[in-house]
Amino acid sequence: MTFFQERSTQNPSDNLFKIITMLAAGIILLILAALFVELISSSMLSIKTFGFNFLTRNVWNPIQEQFGAVSSIWGTLLSTFIAMLLAVPLSILVALFLVELSGPGLSRWISGGIELLAAIPSIIYGMWGLFVFAPFMAGYVQPALKTLFGDSSLFDGPPIGIGMLTAGSILAFMILPFITSVIRDVFMMVPPVLKESAYGMGATTWEVTRKVTIRYGIQGIIGAVFLGLGRAIGETMAVTFVIGNAHNISTSLFAPANSITATLANEFTEASEPMYLSSLIELGLVLFLITFIIQITAQLWLKRVKKSMGAQ
Amino acid sequence: MKKRSLKRRKATNRLVSVLALASALSGLFILGWILYTVFIRGALALNIDFFTELPAPPGMGGGGLINAMTGTVLLTVLATLIGVPVGMLAGIYLSEFSHGSRFAEWVRFFNNILMGTPSIIIGIFIYTIVVVPLGHFSAYSGAIALAIMMLPVVTRTTEDMLQMVPNAIREAALAMGTPRWKTTLVMLFRSARNGLITGILLAVARISGETAPLLFTAFNSPYWFERLDEPIANLTVTIFNYAMSPYDDWQQMAWGASLLIALGVLSVNLLTRFMLREKSDRPRRQKRSTMKTAYLKGNEA
Repeated sequence: MTFFQERSTQNPSDNLFKIITMLAAGIILLILAALFVELISSSMLSIKTFGFNFLTRNVWNPIQEQFGAVSSIWGTLLSTFIAMLLAVPLSILVALFLVELSGPGLSRWISGGIELLAAIPSIIYGMWGLFVFAPFMAGYVQPALKTLFGDSSLFDGPPIGIGMLTAGSILAFMILPFITSVIRDVFMMVPPVLKESAYGMGATTWEVTRKVTIRYGIQGIIGAVFLGLGRAIGETMAVTFVIGNAHNISTSLFAPANSITATLANEFTEASEPMYLSSLIELGLVLFLITFIIQITAQLWLKRVKKSMGAQ
Repeated sequence: MKKRSLKRRKATNRLVSVLALASALSGLFILGWILYTVFIRGALALNIDFFTELPAPPGMGGGGLINAMTGTVLLTVLATLIGVPVGMLAGIYLSEFSHGSRFAEWVRFFNNILMGTPSIIIGIFIYTIVVVPLGHFSAYSGAIALAIMMLPVVTRTTEDMLQMVPNAIREAALAMGTPRWKTTLVMLFRSARNGLITGILLAVARISGETAPLLFTAFNSPYWFERLDEPIANLTVTIFNYAMSPYDDWQQMAWGASLLIALGVLSVNLLTRFMLREKSDRPRRQKRSTMKTAYLKGNEA
């Protein structure tokens, strides 16, 4: 592109065109800045009233106008954590299968199918979760966990299907294609000569994967984890359907809970009092800040990785 | 170094291979399970009324979602009309005029951030700047929210696709004295046509299935829409309301609406895949993989 660096604009219309495109690009920055300012100014009432307590108190009482976001924040973090716990190992295994174990034809079909999981709108995950997956969890998975782990407080309470574990599992299905796709690309970027030398020493496929491929691509894998995290944490509809919408913090993964997004989706249009609305918007601000930090970390990380790997 | 028996190492390897196969199959199984459910349950809801009638009160039976279907189409078209031109212009700036400037770096960076912003946050944002000042939910506030969802995806795709056009084409056009805008909009767009169309189709498919940005903007309505500054019926919010309701016939309708959304989104996805696979000479194949990445990254929301 260096050829075009000197502004070879003989035609006056070109300057105009350049300015128009530049304005369009500026709109992106403007939207993000306005979003930030709006969220802060609209939640000012709640910020002033509750201060830092908003983040530490576990109350959510619209009638007495007392709001503390701990249960929602906890739910968001825990459901995302469950999702990552399930999705990351699964994605690594799927990527291993696609890159090392299956032939190119089969690999293309399977990765095509898994990518389609990313195309399904989240509202459909939500419906399926509520009417099909939650009853399945209640009928089979949760009783099985109960008998396996006995009276662990993690699996306390009746297996009703709706709750933290179900929400986390559905989130895991939703982010699986994203993490898998990045990890697969990372696996494919490993120089064949490295793998071949390990194979030459008599290593098995799993040993090569564990000691060469994963070690070589660990930075890229961490980047993939960040991408999945960013997506899972802001997911709304699927979680809203199955998390149970109860403002409480429980040690049991079977108990109904809440997340920031689910609280917003359920209560936002009902909030008629200024304080209630302002607290909900502050909840949105908290979510925005969390995703903002994750996104920035992920981007800076990936930039560093790309530089160090020298690819693209 | 620790010594381990060959037998055990081979057994571990076999175990991991089986687990990997099982993981891949379980991904496909979930996909199949969801699609199967949506198709079977959704098909039961489909009849002539479903496509021609307005919604009926719960328990009455009959009724349809014609208003929500037209509403979703209208919202998607409006959002596309706003989001695509702005996104394409921004993409043109990044690809053709930025020359690695600091401003462009910032735009690129924050474009990715905007892409990863949860859709419900976009909904709240539009609620505070459009719905609150006007005092009511409206179709255009919903369209603006969807347009903001589209914008970063279109920007990124446009930049990526234009970057793939060989410089020789720019040089040839400019050497003939063609103005820059004409070079870009006519020559470059023609070379990048397939990629651009695919990118836009995927962005359209994505927003047509969005729910969260519409909850507080377009809201929902049981009626035909008459004006753009009123709440407008749409399929996704209808699914949410109906599925959460205790009425069997409403839940049935929600399955029908889910089937429509799923069919729309999946057929666009398969169509674009087919479009990109069709011509399988080398540069196209590269385009396909770039497109795929753009799309997957575009879904980071």
